[in-house]
Amino acid sequence: MINQSQLAQFEIQPENSSLSKSVSKFAGLKETLIKVFFTLNGLAALIFIILIFIFLFKEGIKAFGHIGLMDFLYLQRLDANNILLRVYEWYPTSEIARYSLVPLITGTLLTAIPATIISTIFGVAAGIYLSEIAHPNTKEFLKPIIELFAAIPTVVIGFIMLAIGATFFNDLLNPLNRLNAFVASIGLSMVIIPIIASLTEDALRSIPVDLRMASYGMGANKWQTISRVILPAAFSGVSASIILGFGRAVGETMIVLMAAGNASNLTTDVFRSVRTMTATIAAEMGEVSQGSDHYYALFFIGIVLFIITFFLNLSAEIIINKMRKKNTF
Amino acid sequence: MDIQKKQKDILGSLFINSIRVLFAILVIVLFLLIGKIVLEGIGMISFEFIFDEPKNNMTEGGIGPAIFGTIAVTIIMVAMAVPLGVFSAIYLSEYAKDSFFYRIIRTSINNLAGIPSIVFGLFGLGFFILFVGKNLDNVLETGLLFGQPALLWASSTLAVLVLPIVIVSTLEALTSVPKSHRDASYGMGASKWQTIKNVVLPQARPGILTGTILAVSRGVGETAPILFLGCAFFLPNLPIVDLCIGDYCIPMINPTEQFMYLAYHIFILATQSSNPTKTLPLQYGATLVLIGLTILLNITAIIFRYKFRKSLGRN
Repeated sequence: MINQSQLAQFEIQPENSSLSKSVSKFAGLKETLIKVFFTLNGLAALIFIILIFIFLFKEGIKAFGHIGLMDFLYLQRLDANNILLRVYEWYPTSEIARYSLVPLITGTLLTAIPATIISTIFGVAAGIYLSEIAHPNTKEFLKPIIELFAAIPTVVIGFIMLAIGATFFNDLLNPLNRLNAFVASIGLSMVIIPIIASLTEDALRSIPVDLRMASYGMGANKWQTISRVILPAAFSGVSASIILGFGRAVGETMIVLMAAGNASNLTTDVFRSVRTMTATIAAEMGEVSQGSDHYYALFFIGIVLFIITFFLNLSAEIIINKMRKKNTF
Repeated sequence: MDIQKKQKDILGSLFINSIRVLFAILVIVLFLLIGKIVLEGIGMISFEFIFDEPKNNMTEGGIGPAIFGTIAVTIIMVAMAVPLGVFSAIYLSEYAKDSFFYRIIRTSINNLAGIPSIVFGLFGLGFFILFVGKNLDNVLETGLLFGQPALLWASSTLAVLVLPIVIVSTLEALTSVPKSHRDASYGMGASKWQTIKNVVLPQARPGILTGTILAVSRGVGETAPILFLGCAFFLPNLPIVDLCIGDYCIPMINPTEQFMYLAYHIFILATQSSNPTKTLPLQYGATLVLIGLTILLNITAIIFRYKFRKSLGRN
């Protein structure tokens, strides 16, 4: 990149004639305007992040007009024997609307955590394979295949889980509900494995070759080098990839909407139907009347999702940046 | 000692082989799934299926309007996202200095890419429809024209969603143009803008193209953000308006109408159809078209990038 002082050397030197003076003045103005134009465009991503933040909050904050913060946790109700009960339910269309986010959050975790575990096993293995084990020629052929995996639209994966996956796991495991958190998490894995695989591969590849050489030079074999030298050195990069994968699992909509069964059960059983935060917005936003409590509550879920994924992404990026600094000698 | 070493070797090769097996499972699953979709869907693919509209309460007929809607949304999305993304990348690579501010912009690009797609849908509803659209209606006194779900707002929202893809891909191409080329241009008396226009951008063209293809592939496959931005189950008419100048009329995409979308169509057929088993062939056919499109786009992008990187002499 050229800095300003270098650039100054090459700028047209004004001559004595008044004509060239005005020309260069005009050229300077033009360059400045162009710079301002590109700077404004450069801000686009930042502006959109801020706009997304503002407009989510603008709508979501109105939820607190009628719904208290505690109502998003539970609703207190007297049961038949006059005993105070805490009801953890998401049922906004009922006569006494219930807005507890607890079943939606457990539903999200119940799909996202198994998906992240499965994806970590396969994704890290694929990353190690591509970076350390595969022959360079094989790798050149296999890496695009992993990229193709990432390119499959999520609605297609949802459809596959619905049409093939659900029946397959139903026959295999005989779960409580045919569509359940486990089926959804298998679908989510197909999205997250490529993310973890390619980021793990990046992290492993960025380990300096000297470290490998030193390890081999001390008589270590391939597995010892991978497990005791390369993986520890790339630990922060690999964990960042897992964080990003988890963030993606929390934010994914179509797969969980189609395969998780969409019943907001408060459960810890992965073989039962659940409803996630994303699926709730997707399923209910189309039918809700604008300006109702339910409508604002859905925006509030959006805020929760935005904040969760924002901090997951931010922490992953900080880890990756630290790793880059450490690895550049 | 010797036995211990041997045990270690066995353990090591066991681990390495299990990694190979895990990777093989991945590739096999991918091929099985794509193979299944191709086998079930290929019988449906015909001229009528691609161009016809759904018939008989969406249990027969084709996916023509959904394909048309997808193309219309994508065209408008590309027209918005690509210039903005390319200009943004030019700023980052040519003008910005490595400062705190620069890092904030880089972070916001990464964060924008990580926001859940359904949140983009909420943003499109809150910002584009209820804020921009409603205000446009007030200013232009068009009644209720812009302040409702429409093709334009779906495209705009998808444009924001794919913006990071365009920026990152263009930025990679721009930063890979050697500094010496820029210096040579400056040395010949070219200004900064002339250098960008005549030296840097032409070399970055394959990168911009790769970014555009990847953005299209992402946009075509997205469903969640447009669920409540104008996507319809079924529409009897295509979102077309005749633009007339004198006697000459050209059919144009009507950005204020609702539309059908291929990805959404698959979702509807699979989950809300009156008879899901009867429409299963339709679902496989539509899925094959969508997945064929995205894989084709991605293979093109991969080839482009491969050639581009090779031409730069690195891999």
